[in-house]
Amino acid sequence: MNRFRLSERGAERLSISVLLAPAVAVIVLLFLGGLASGFLRSLNYFPLIGLNDFNFDAYFAIFTDNGFLQSLVLTFHIAFTSTLIASILAVASALLLRPAFRGKRIVHFFFSLNLTIPHLVGAIGVLYLFQNSGLVSRIMTGLDLIQRPADFPAMVFDPWAIGIIIQYVWKEIPFIGVIVLAILLSVGEDYESVARSLGANRWQAFRQVTLPLIMPGVVSASVIVFAFTFGAFEIPYLLGRTFPAALPVLAYQSYTDVDLAARPQAMAMAMVIAFISTLLIMAYMKLSRVYIRE
Amino acid sequence: MTTAPAPLPGIAPRTIGRTTLRWAGIMGLLAFLVAPMVPLFIWSISFRWFYPDILPSEYSARAWEQVISPTNNVIGATGQTTLIALLCTVLSVLLGVPAGRALGLHNFKGKRIVEVLILAPIIVPGLAVVLGIDTMFIRYGLSGNILGVTLVHLVPTLPYMTLVMSGVYANYDVDYELQARSLGAGRWATQRYVTLPAVFPGVVVGALFTFLISWSQYVLTLLIGDGQVETLPILLFNFARSEPAIAGALSVVFILPGILVLLLSSKYLSGDSAAVGGIGNI
Repeated sequence: MNRFRLSERGAERLSISVLLAPAVAVIVLLFLGGLASGFLRSLNYFPLIGLNDFNFDAYFAIFTDNGFLQSLVLTFHIAFTSTLIASILAVASALLLRPAFRGKRIVHFFFSLNLTIPHLVGAIGVLYLFQNSGLVSRIMTGLDLIQRPADFPAMVFDPWAIGIIIQYVWKEIPFIGVIVLAILLSVGEDYESVARSLGANRWQAFRQVTLPLIMPGVVSASVIVFAFTFGAFEIPYLLGRTFPAALPVLAYQSYTDVDLAARPQAMAMAMVIAFISTLLIMAYMKLSRVYIRE
Repeated sequence: MTTAPAPLPGIAPRTIGRTTLRWAGIMGLLAFLVAPMVPLFIWSISFRWFYPDILPSEYSARAWEQVISPTNNVIGATGQTTLIALLCTVLSVLLGVPAGRALGLHNFKGKRIVEVLILAPIIVPGLAVVLGIDTMFIRYGLSGNILGVTLVHLVPTLPYMTLVMSGVYANYDVDYELQARSLGAGRWATQRYVTLPAVFPGVVVGALFTFLISWSQYVLTLLIGDGQVETLPILLFNFARSEPAIAGALSVVFILPGILVLLLSSKYLSGDSAAVGGIGNI
């Protein structure tokens, strides 16, 4: 009996391995392989061109470079501000869209529409809206609020990365919002009604009852958004300044630099990005374990 | 469809006030979400659109003719983008469905590590990985061709497909298979007539979004394609600064598959499904 059970479990373990092995192999090879290869090169190890010794020169170089530190601060600013504004507006939108109203399905469709619109398209749209001679500037000129393009406040290629943040907020409101809305609809309004009937006002019912219910979804979606906005390339590449550039753009510039000596530094920056996102993965796993409703 | 209940006479004014406020909010929200698409669309049909004109002074189909004409290689790039996304989707389905089954149905030693490994490529930005991959790919001749670009697109798509299928299988009752087997169905017949119909909607939604993730990749294609592989996002980026009319028309082409996918899948898509969780990558 015991032996039979063991062999059955052995068979199950074998079938699990067969199911998993191909996908895991590809991810290990490409993802971990890519990271490992980047890590070795960040340590100046590149036997193909005769570099056989490990050292931390690239890391020392970037962390003593003022330009890199400015990029790091700018990137944190972009990721933090975008995530915060997007989460708050997403929760507000989800509350707005929750109750039954006529045309709800169409409104929900439009709300989720830009889940599938690529970031790049959104970034170009934001560029054409907010550049000096963009549509918003033209409308303001038409309303006699400004006289010429130069009067329009810099919102793209600007030091505060306003255009980049607008693009991320635009794209991530529906992403976080759809997740929050699903939680709101599955929980229903009963808990709030109870709180209201026990004398809580609207704000108290939201703060004490609704918010704790949706918080797990908001937090885990925000972690994904933060990681994305921290590491995305094309949006700051299109809408941002060249100096200081967002970290991924700086890494790309160093990687494509004609001076090959800059490459280990590019790899070191890639490792910094990977390291910060690893911290975020750990946060995500921890949060999902704490919060997930079994 | 639900209809609003008739308001009681006593509280009618207040209810109407709230409803108006809600609609103002909804309209403001939708306006913000649609706003970036407006100049793209206007540019695509404009001929002369100088500052400070709010609308073009002349319209034309010039940008759309440019999109169709062979000189800009838009049709070639569309074909190439589609081919890469299709190959990538097929590979992701073939590898991701079995892996999702293992993760969704079984508990095993080391499951946590596998889950982290699958989640990591979704969260770690592509740029952090692709610089290292580029070094490997150049060595094995995978840089600058479609095969290499397809493989590198697997980094975001395969984990996504696996995650979606893991969610689908977690809600799937394996007892149906046991019943079929005990009634005499073979392994293959069970998979074909019992399992497949049950998980099929999940596979389709996952595959559609996998296609979109590959379709919209920019930086992975830029680095691994090395200027040799021209996809729609690469073209779009090149035109964005210099040719707003063509960029506008290309944008319209570029977003169409996404809108189609959303129309097809909105029935199955809700925020608590794993399909939404991974589309931060699009």
